[in-house]
Amino acid sequence: MLTSREELDGLLRGAARAWLDEALAEAAHAASHPGADSGNPPWELRFASAGRHCGLEHADSVRALLLVEARPALPAVTRLYEQGTAAERRAVLLTLHRLDLGATALPLVEDALRTNDTRLVAAAVGPYGAAHLDAHGWRHAVLKCLFTEVPVEALDRLPERAGGDAELARMLGDFASERTAAGRAVPAGLRTVLELTVPAPAPTEEAR
Amino acid sequence: MRIFAPHIHMPSRTTDDYQAMYDAGVRALVEPSFWLGQPRTSPASFFDYFDALLGWEPFRASQYGIAHHCTLALNPKEANDPRCTPVLDALPRYLVKDSVVAVGEIGYDSMTPAEDTALATQLQLAADHGLPALVHTPHRDKLAGLHRTIDVVRESDLAPELVLLDHLNETTVRDALDSGCWAGFSIYPDTKMDEDRMITVLRNHGTDRILVNSAADWGRSDPLKTRKVADTMLKAGFDEDDVDKVLWRNPVAFYGQSGRLQLDIAAPGPLHEGNSILRGGE
Repeated sequence: MLTSREELDGLLRGAARAWLDEALAEAAHAASHPGADSGNPPWELRFASAGRHCGLEHADSVRALLLVEARPALPAVTRLYEQGTAAERRAVLLTLHRLDLGATALPLVEDALRTNDTRLVAAAVGPYGAAHLDAHGWRHAVLKCLFTEVPVEALDRLPERAGGDAELARMLGDFASERTAAGRAVPAGLRTVLELTVPAPAPTEEAR
Repeated sequence: MRIFAPHIHMPSRTTDDYQAMYDAGVRALVEPSFWLGQPRTSPASFFDYFDALLGWEPFRASQYGIAHHCTLALNPKEANDPRCTPVLDALPRYLVKDSVVAVGEIGYDSMTPAEDTALATQLQLAADHGLPALVHTPHRDKLAGLHRTIDVVRESDLAPELVLLDHLNETTVRDALDSGCWAGFSIYPDTKMDEDRMITVLRNHGTDRILVNSAADWGRSDPLKTRKVADTMLKAGFDEDDVDKVLWRNPVAFYGQSGRLQLDIAAPGPLHEGNSILRGGE
């Protein structure tokens, strides 16, 4: 879960809070000078070192705040992702839905879903992925979670997207059969998702 | 016994190696960026490699209860290839990453002017970023290479206590220690140093500022050489505190100068936070 600025102010000690204030000011400066985005903008270097200054447990939240404050355009977001550590990539993925990018950042989600790094897979199926992955891509993301043992609770808007999805139900059934044939356990989350795919009963006359 | 592997190349190792390293006591490692065994042809190849050292390889290591850190640099050999040298311009973006604990491997391969430039430039980058430097000493003409390396370090802004001179042997250890730098020894099955010679070095030069590694690259190598040195030390009469100093406290002290070591990795288990990838995907 991401922590808000107000909560962070209460959690961070003096030096870390001062560091965050300066970093956010640099991010705000970048937002108000969008053309000056050459070289290594100071806030982007702050984005990389956020964990050292604010604590690794707050790194996701601090990086998210910086992104929201800097409002980077797609090229800068892509650069932060592509040149980022796994932790930085994760923070980008967790914040995409707050950056007013429409569906244009979907390639970053697709990249994360090609990895086998569960930190990235889990972040890729958050709000942005749930909003923008097409049906085929989202179904494969569900299977990827089951394969890599990412808890299905990481899948944002799971009931809504899985509800009535007969093709997803077929894929889950085939996967369960494959596991059973191999004498291997079926992931616990599979049943959870499968149950969600059952179409809601059609409304009856009396209910109308 | 706890072991810090201060110089080891992991993409060439299997998951069995990670398990064997954990079983041998390895709880932390530093992976320096280096040559791949074949030439790179562009900076993009370095960026993919840096990605692995900052993302995937730490993830693999964490599955086996091993904290993974790295050092990043343009290596000495490829400092001679103009297709690769532009990576120097991108290094400042990468040296700020949390798990980067030094600039390295830098140093000399053939002692060319291009290598002079890359070494001096990257020692300055280390000084600018508050990072130590891991300096490879050349395999050919090693003693002359060591002297030239020490001269360049002296001319740099980086203090000698922030420099680890690596791949040393009997002919280079004295001058390396006298320079004020830290002294690294790579233990290999056939080349560089072996366990018994390492014991003699430790007897003659003590345990201060000395690090031992297995390097373990794509050539014939053994990732457990660190443990074998520890066992040989105990058989030779060193005590457990000596072993802990050379195999743990010294590398922690050296790389700890970065302020970026994170050694509180969780114990490995069949599930780590519920999402283990022990098999790396299927």
